[in-house]
Formats: sequence, C-alpha cells, structure tokens
Amino acid sequence: MLDTLQNVAGFVVNIDLLSTYGYRLLLGLQITAEVVLISCSLGFVLAYPLSRARMSKNLFISSPALAYVTFFRGTPLLCQLYLVYYGAGEFRPFFQSIDLWWFFRDAFYCCIFAFTLNTCAYQAEILRGAIQSVPKGQIEAARALGLSGYSIARYVVFPQALLVALRPLGNELIGIIKASALAAIVTLLDLMGETRFVFAKTFDFSIYLYAAIIYLAITQAISRLWNWMELLLSRHLLAGRPATMVLGPGARQGQAALDPLRAET
Amino acid sequence: MSWFSLLFGPTGWGPLLLKGTVITVLLSLTTVPFGFGGGLLLAVLKLSNNRAVRIACDAYTTFFRGIPDLLSLFIVYFGLQSLLNLSAQVFGDAWRIEMNAFIAGVIALSVVVAAYSSEVWVASLKAVPVGQSEAAKSLGLHPKQVFFLIVLPQLGRVALPGLGNIWTILVKDTSLISTLAVMDLLRASSEASRATTRPLLFYSAAAAIYLIFSIVSGVGQAYLERRSNQGYA
Repeated sequence: MLDTLQNVAGFVVNIDLLSTYGYRLLLGLQITAEVVLISCSLGFVLAYPLSRARMSKNLFISSPALAYVTFFRGTPLLCQLYLVYYGAGEFRPFFQSIDLWWFFRDAFYCCIFAFTLNTCAYQAEILRGAIQSVPKGQIEAARALGLSGYSIARYVVFPQALLVALRPLGNELIGIIKASALAAIVTLLDLMGETRFVFAKTFDFSIYLYAAIIYLAITQAISRLWNWMELLLSRHLLAGRPATMVLGPGARQGQAALDPLRAET
Repeated sequence: MSWFSLLFGPTGWGPLLLKGTVITVLLSLTTVPFGFGGGLLLAVLKLSNNRAVRIACDAYTTFFRGIPDLLSLFIVYFGLQSLLNLSAQVFGDAWRIEMNAFIAGVIALSVVVAAYSSEVWVASLKAVPVGQSEAAKSLGLHPKQVFFLIVLPQLGRVALPGLGNIWTILVKDTSLISTLAVMDLLRASSEASRATTRPLLFYSAAAAIYLIFSIVSGVGQAYLERRSNQGYA
C-alpha cells in the first residue's frame, strides 16, 4: 500500500530525479536558447528583403518569393528539418568538395539552417502585412513634402509598421521556441533532447513535466515582456484614454492577449 | 533507380506513402470533432460564473499553449501510459491495457487543438450580441435551447477564420505523431528513405503532399468563409 502511495506521489514530484539530472535540463536549455536566438535573428534579417520581394510588382521577383513562403508555411517544420538533415547527406561529396560538410553534418547547424529558413517565411509575411497596413496617404503625403525614399521608410513607414508587427513577431518568437523542440528528433540535445535522454534512462514520466514548466516559464515571460513593450511603445496612441481601454479586456488574463499561435497575417 | 520507378514502379514506395497520407488525413479528421468540440466546451466553461472553473480552464489553455506541441504530445502519450500502468498496479493486472498509438495520437492532438481552439471560440462567443440570448430567454427558451438554437449557429461564421488557422496547424502537427510509431505520411517517407537511401526524394514527396493539403485547405476555407458571410456583406 505504502509502495503504491509512493508511486502516486512520485508521479508528481521527484526530488532525486531533479538533483541527479537537473543540470542536464539546464545544459539543454542553453542549446535551445542558442538555436532560437541565432535562427530568429538571422530569420529577421532575411525576412525584410523577402517581404520586399513579396511586395514587388515584378512577377519574376514576387512569384519565387510567394513560392518560398507558401512552401515553408505549408509544410510541417519536421519535414523541412528532415529534408535538410537527411537530404544533405545525398550531397555529401559535393559539400565536402566545397568544404561545407562540417556544417550539414552537425545537427546543431542543420537545425539553425532549417529554423532560419522557416521563421524567415513567417516573419516576412508579418512584415509584409505590417508595411501594407500603413495607409497609402501617409507615403503620398511624405512624398509631397519632398522626403527621400530613405526618409519615408525611416521616419514614416517603419515606426508605424514595426508597432503593428511587434505582437505577431513576439508570437513568432514564442512559436520558434516551441518549434525548437523538434531539434530533439534529429538527435540534438536541446532541452527536449535532454528530457528524452533522461526519460530513456529513468522511465520517470515527471521529467517531462519539469521540462514543460521550464518551457512554460520562458514563453510566459516573453509573452509578458511583449505586453509591456507594446504598452510602452504605443503609449502615444493611447494617451488620454481611460486605463481600462489601454489595458483592454484581455489584460486581466495577461497572456490571453498575446496569442502564441502563429497568427496568419 | 530513377525517382519515377522508386515512387510508382512495381516495387515502388508509392503505395506506402499513399497509406501514410490516408493515416495523416484520418488523424486530422478524427481529431477535429474532439479538438474543436473540446475547445468549445472549454470556452463555455471559461465564460462560466464559477471562478474556480474559469481558473482551471485558463490554466489548461495557458499550459498547453505555452509548451512545445511535441512536448504536449509526449506528456499526453506517456502520461496516459503511466496512468494505465498505475491503474494496473492499483486495480490489478486486468487493467493492464495496451495503448493503440493511433488513438493515443488522436487524444494527444485533441488535447492540444482544444487548448488552441478554445481562444477562438471564446472570441466568437463574445462576438454574438448579448441581446440575442436575452431575447431568446425572454421568449421562454430553455438555456439549452438558447445555446444550441440561437448562439451556436451564429458562432461558426465568426470562428471560421481562426478555426481554419488551427486546422492548418493541426495537419502539420500530425507529422509529430510519426515519432510515436504511427505510420503516417512522414514516417512512411522516413521508412522509404532509410530503405533506399534517397531521403531527398521521399521527404520532398512528403512535403509536396503536405503542401497540396495546405493549398486545398486554404481554398476550401476561402470558399466556406465566402459562403458563411453571405448576407452579412
């Protein structure tokens, strides 16, 4: 009977497990952070030119961009990751001949490569939606005032577009953190990978719950940070309105206002 | 061997991929009623007057939306398995049930989809004017009738875009089930590429099939939205 009770309790909390394997989760967390930060920032840098290509009036520029975005948003990330990680093996002699095999041999770089390509497509669509949300009149007025193309972008379009893009970009960051768990499937020992490793060793289910708590803490922290940032950056638009309107009806639930889903723009 | 005979030849892998495709479609379609239905139930509970119920439902949503889908699937899958083992320990070996991976996959996906879709349902429940249910109530309709006859039919139109997004996420998430030994499209292509050492070909084929799904879903969604918005201009 006592044994059963211990089993039930051990199902929820297991201190021994954490003291033995807790550091592994932290090591994995570091890998997860590296993968997410590198691929998200690279994706952001590449997303801007892609979004411009998407908006181009030249069909030879806009249709490849559309195809790229459709492919990366329309297929599972896991499939893309397999394509990169296993598919690259078929070109091994080629990659060896141009001295790039070290890159595609390593699960870490393959993950960064695949995640960057994927998030780039999502972020490009976010940027496109945000840039197109700036009223045409604003740009026409700026042009009428004699502003240069650079000045229009720098002082008129970007400040307004980036504010619109802020929230979806936050959602995308959360989305990539969640998607980065797929790295574990191609043998990378990120947070999810270490969790699976510990589970395979101990068959103790609670390790998954600890990993969930870590992921949850990170996504919640980002979600709150983004709420705060948005409030801070849009206070000029909200000035003079009653506090309830500023915070909005979703403010009570905090996170509910920020959607960790990758919202389509 | 050429790519054509590898896929469509007499000893080709086409039939396996086709089977995988069917499993993927079945997984997605079977999850829809449980996932979206569960989400609607959660949404109704989130708007309940009972504080404890509200908090519990919000916690559920926050948890499953805040952790990786892959982790949710593992938690549900291994959690179910541990619970089954535990119940076998407590109640005796008669309770030792083997879990079917497909059913476990549907349960796991439903849990995630319910969490995602509940937010969409809440928003659309709030979008139906209060006057509608008040009028129905004053006409003497039973609360059940108010919900099923007045509120529910008006939800679909508002919820459709959000549910469509979740549907595309769901179709892509079924690929995660391949890690739980279900022979879905992605796992079928993994098998094929391992046997033939042509991963690029088979993963591209899988990607193409997924892409066709998402394009067809997009077209279907646009059609449904146009249809349900008739008369609303």
